[in-house]
Amino acid sequence: MNKTGNAATTMDGNDEIVLANLSDEELVEQMYDDLYDGLADEVIEGTQILLGRGWGPSRVLDEALVAGMAIVGVDFRDGILFVPEVLLAANAMKGGMAILRPLLAETGAEPVGKMVIGTVKGDIHDIGKNLVGMMMEGAGFEVIDLGINTDADAYIDALQQHRPDILGMSALLTTTMPYMKVVIDRMREKGIRDDFIVLVGGAPLNDEFGRAIGASAYCRDAATAVEVAKRLIQERRTAV
Amino acid sequence: MTPAVLLLACGAIARELESLRRAGQWQHVTLRCLDPALHNRPEEIAPAVEAAILHHRGAFTHIFVAYADCGSSGALDRVLERHGIERLPGAHCYEFLAGSAAFEALAAAEPGTFYLTDFLARHFDRLVKRGLGLDRHPQLMPHYFGNYRRLVFLAQTADAELDELARGHADYLGLAYERHATGLAPLARALEARVLPWQN
Repeated sequence: MNKTGNAATTMDGNDEIVLANLSDEELVEQMYDDLYDGLADEVIEGTQILLGRGWGPSRVLDEALVAGMAIVGVDFRDGILFVPEVLLAANAMKGGMAILRPLLAETGAEPVGKMVIGTVKGDIHDIGKNLVGMMMEGAGFEVIDLGINTDADAYIDALQQHRPDILGMSALLTTTMPYMKVVIDRMREKGIRDDFIVLVGGAPLNDEFGRAIGASAYCRDAATAVEVAKRLIQERRTAV
Repeated sequence: MTPAVLLLACGAIARELESLRRAGQWQHVTLRCLDPALHNRPEEIAPAVEAAILHHRGAFTHIFVAYADCGSSGALDRVLERHGIERLPGAHCYEFLAGSAAFEALAAAEPGTFYLTDFLARHFDRLVKRGLGLDRHPQLMPHYFGNYRRLVFLAQTADAELDELARGHADYLGLAYERHATGLAPLARALEARVLPWQN
């Protein structure tokens, strides 16, 4: 055991951190590291320990998981981490969220907002969409995921059924991103475009494209999507 | 005097371009290639191409860029517009290697298609397995390929060994395998229309 008393020596002679021996502050810091390193088992264990110490599920989510993923998001944006590492971190966060989700539901807390999200017709890429969905959920949104290859009818049906605050559309291909305009035009035809915030994202998109097709905003990554979603919902609610 | 023409190209099609250069009337063309690994970081393509243009432009009368958009989200086009330089048509190399109509038909038939070219079949381990971290984290496979159904090998050459290699990659990814022979004709047509007029 090391001098702080937080490590045990494994059979192969390496020091292994014992999460249960860490203070709350140290444990949260360690969970940031474990998220960063994509260590799902450790993140799950850390989540359980914090809950066992009386932390509420919302506090664990905000202060340990979401704050940890924010670090991952910044380093991805800055080119320090790449897609494989982000996917591993997301998997680790999912492990923690699977424990927290039913507990959060029990608290009866109102979601920050509701989002319908999907990858557009002709496109089967969903890594970015899934990251956005997970980060939005982590930020307190209810997320209805329509999956991949989503046509305009499916989007419209989901908007009418779920009445979300936000529609999110994702595309990875230059050949499929124009379909976002098809969906927005269909919303206009039905007179419902202004009922929803429309966020678009995906590798080949940019701000100019978002403006040109009539989206509310283009979001370059999952962290940006959360920031923009919160801001636009706040603006919309203030304006009412 | 024959003008000096620079073909600034992605290293992933270096072999194909050199083959066309040797076979065709392209003796006035100098080929310079950029690192094909840029494809795993497409945001770096436009700055790298611009740096190469600035480095070479004093020595050549004409420059043509043998890239498609290649995931640069229009950044490459903005660079090329600034310098008055053209590029190959299309969104990516699959499109200009197969030809736009053929590629669109393949994509429409099955959106969940993963494409390999001769280059990618040869360098699959480095660019796909290691590039996507699948060698270290095989549990990521469903995240990357869970929605794909088939692998189409866009074959530039008739090479049975490469065909077998590509089939093995499809097996590794758990995808149905199809070979679609493109040859070099679509690429040659796209280039000749632009580069050959510069030979006089």
